[in-house]
Amino acid sequence: MPKITYIEHNGKEHVVDADVGVSVMEAAVKNMVPGIDADCGGACACATCHVYVDAAWMDKVGKPEAMEESMLDFAHEPKENSRLSCQIAVRKELDGLVVRLPEFQG
Amino acid sequence: MNGRAIIIGAGQAGAQAAQSMRQAGFAGEIVIFGEEPEPPYQRPPLSKGYLQGELDTERLYLRPLAFYDQLKIDLRLGVRVASIDRAAKAVATEKGETVSYDKLLIATGAPPRRLACQGADLAGIHYLRTIADSDALRPVLSEGGRIVIVGAGYIGLEAAASARKAGLEVTVLEMADRVLARVAGKEISAFYEKLHRDHGVDLRLGAALDHFEGEKAVAAAILKSGETIACKAVLVGVGAAPATALAEAADLRLANGVWTDERAQTSDPSIFAAGDCASHPSAIYDRRIRLESVPNAIEQAKVAGVNMAGGEARYDAVPWFWSDQFDVKLQTVGVSEGADETVIRGEPSTRRFSVWYFQRGRLIAVDAVNDPAAFAISKRLIGKSGLDAVKLADAGTDLKSLAF
Repeated sequence: MPKITYIEHNGKEHVVDADVGVSVMEAAVKNMVPGIDADCGGACACATCHVYVDAAWMDKVGKPEAMEESMLDFAHEPKENSRLSCQIAVRKELDGLVVRLPEFQG
Repeated sequence: MNGRAIIIGAGQAGAQAAQSMRQAGFAGEIVIFGEEPEPPYQRPPLSKGYLQGELDTERLYLRPLAFYDQLKIDLRLGVRVASIDRAAKAVATEKGETVSYDKLLIATGAPPRRLACQGADLAGIHYLRTIADSDALRPVLSEGGRIVIVGAGYIGLEAAASARKAGLEVTVLEMADRVLARVAGKEISAFYEKLHRDHGVDLRLGAALDHFEGEKAVAAAILKSGETIACKAVLVGVGAAPATALAEAADLRLANGVWTDERAQTSDPSIFAAGDCASHPSAIYDRRIRLESVPNAIEQAKVAGVNMAGGEARYDAVPWFWSDQFDVKLQTVGVSEGADETVIRGEPSTRRFSVWYFQRGRLIAVDAVNDPAAFAISKRLIGKSGLDAVKLADAGTDLKSLAF
């Protein structure tokens, strides 16, 4: 199972074994990583599962689609490496992925 | 704060309130009673991805079971609460168990309104609210044939889209002269009517159902006009009614649902209510409203949870909703009822546009079709007056320049 590391805004790390096929958001929720609210449950409707993708992983994770990009515009402190974690599917190539969580979800 | 909190209802609101109580420092017992066998789960996919077989049941769960253990939340599932005894501050379950409370939350939701016409109890007539409902409907989607959907609200239209995707013939019966009549303006209705017809849905507006016919299972829907529509199954989506029976029997104040103040407190200071079952005063709309939506359940339950834990929170969140049908995402901010002016931004034929609803010059709601930017920015603009309608209607204007 791919391992994903979530780093809270306060620096606390959570390493999670994620199932291939679920989203990075779902893997966080299932493993009780705090700081990802995911109010809409992964419908790309709310921007409360915002993460910053570690620079080394940006190419592999890829760019957001237009819908997600617009949502991110209005997340709390969006940056170049912002993604909605419900829109990133866990794949084998993402083993070792590191994402950081914002101070709060918008 | 200590003592025991009881939450009736293991839906989105019940789960959130328990979590918020813990976050607010409540150290006492928390017991959640849920009628259904599953732990708290998300309902929106029941008419979409879950119905289409894209998700397994566990992926609907809001949190893993370990989460409730960790927060010492006692989930009692498959248990129905039969009554509330306010004098004794206790609830009784249907099995006869009595459990006392210091604080109580009513989060009983809003089950679907049921039809009472002739034939309404035939097999093959479905409703959609629970995992069990969606599980019962899913095999219908793989069997082929025609499904009749009664009601063109969100549930009916989302299910119609799912059924068409699965290859079923779909007839939607709507009594009103447009779809989504209760929740959206006529421009949005027209867009969704075209969307569904373009996808092969047989959409009947102004069509009143009279009764159903069939031996054991439903075989046809008969309209008031006399027309017979043969079908293999029926889905009824004619709205939901707040589950107020417990509150009513306990003599709590009701007002289109369980009456609550802005603290989510009912007419009994030890009892709170949140989610689809509760109405609350809205400062934005200057009237009492009751919302059936996930964001409302979450936000109102947060307020209830904080107050039940002895804190102080007030509910005045801007309502929002979403609906996915075919490849179109509708995101709504606010409540458009009572609008006296609308501004359309963008061209509906491009499948990306938004409708801005005003009342006496004040922005009260926005429906955004495939336009998350309009959705997101309007969350900040609801309740404001003085938006430049000409600039707004010009899709070339940067929306961010309108935020003030």
